[in-house]
Amino acid sequence: MIVAEQKPLKEIIAMTSPFKKLLIVGCNECVTVCHAGGRKEVEQLAAALAMAAQKDGRPLEIKEVTLERCCDPEYIEQVRPFIDQYEAVLSCACSVGTQYFADTYPTKWALPALNTSFMGGSLAQGIWAERCAGCGNCILHETGGICPIARCSKRMLNGPCGGSTGGHCEVNPDIPCGWQLIWDRLVALGRTPDYAKIMAAKDWNTSRDGGPRKIVREDLTI
Amino acid sequence: MSEAFEPTIIAYTCHFCPYEMADKAGEQGLSYPTNVSIIEVPCTGRIDVIHLLRAFQDGADGVYVVACKEGECHHKTGNLVAKKRLQYTKKILDDLEIGSERLEMRYIMTGEVPHFARIAQEMTDKIRALGPNPVKNGGAAHKA
Repeated sequence: MIVAEQKPLKEIIAMTSPFKKLLIVGCNECVTVCHAGGRKEVEQLAAALAMAAQKDGRPLEIKEVTLERCCDPEYIEQVRPFIDQYEAVLSCACSVGTQYFADTYPTKWALPALNTSFMGGSLAQGIWAERCAGCGNCILHETGGICPIARCSKRMLNGPCGGSTGGHCEVNPDIPCGWQLIWDRLVALGRTPDYAKIMAAKDWNTSRDGGPRKIVREDLTI
Repeated sequence: MSEAFEPTIIAYTCHFCPYEMADKAGEQGLSYPTNVSIIEVPCTGRIDVIHLLRAFQDGADGVYVVACKEGECHHKTGNLVAKKRLQYTKKILDDLEIGSERLEMRYIMTGEVPHFARIAQEMTDKIRALGPNPVKNGGAAHKA
């Protein structure tokens, strides 16, 4: 899933304070699961912004709505009947959703309430970690199912750097060395000879080096 | 700040040790300030951030949560969950410049009947000294 976290409240207050009528939109997908922008977080944020306005003596009308998904046009359309009553949309979706609002409603301000952080999953309740960097050319079958692009701080392809110490990364000792994890997996799988295979330099054209990416499935288009 | 200021205080109170002690305080004729309104909850772990924020949004000058002592929760960890949510809410209150000191957590064990009245008095004195919740003095913000 996409993992995000709410921006500092003061930053959100500053970006929303010019507006008197605000539509706060949450998303029922990834940001609900990572407790950043679901219905509950929308409710909390609305209460906080209402209090900030009340305290400053600013009039502020807020409507809260949480859509099933903010990265599909049909759901973004659901706010069309009432969006004209509001000056701006404060999106509690990931940055994809925020941009969908900007694209769909060109005359409305689309403001991000979240910092979209990474693609990952939960390690435990309240803890999330990055697992995919979206490089566009998966090599997990060659690295024991551990991604060296997302989990090695230097995105090394052929073993660890000299900063790997005791299984930890030199960037931050709280980060496990990605290549130590790969080695441990290869040992567990009985595939340690795979470690000696040299991986060619990665073609980053499938990543951001090729510009913004798009996938077209002709068999699905209407 | 007017000397006549009388704070409105909400006390989210766990159904088990704390509420029982509040009940017994009444039975024993122990008085506590009328500023405090008790909201009984099945466990302080049920209290969410929004419940605390709503109290301030609706005009409370102070809010406190009365939980069973750590290690004594009838639901094992409800009071520990509540403690973390209070910390999270305190940060919001500071960001809003309402003041995190208006929100407190207190603990009561079974048998500590006078403690309930004492906490109520302490909180009332503290909030009275802090003055009114600044949200109350503001403009016409409202939720659609």
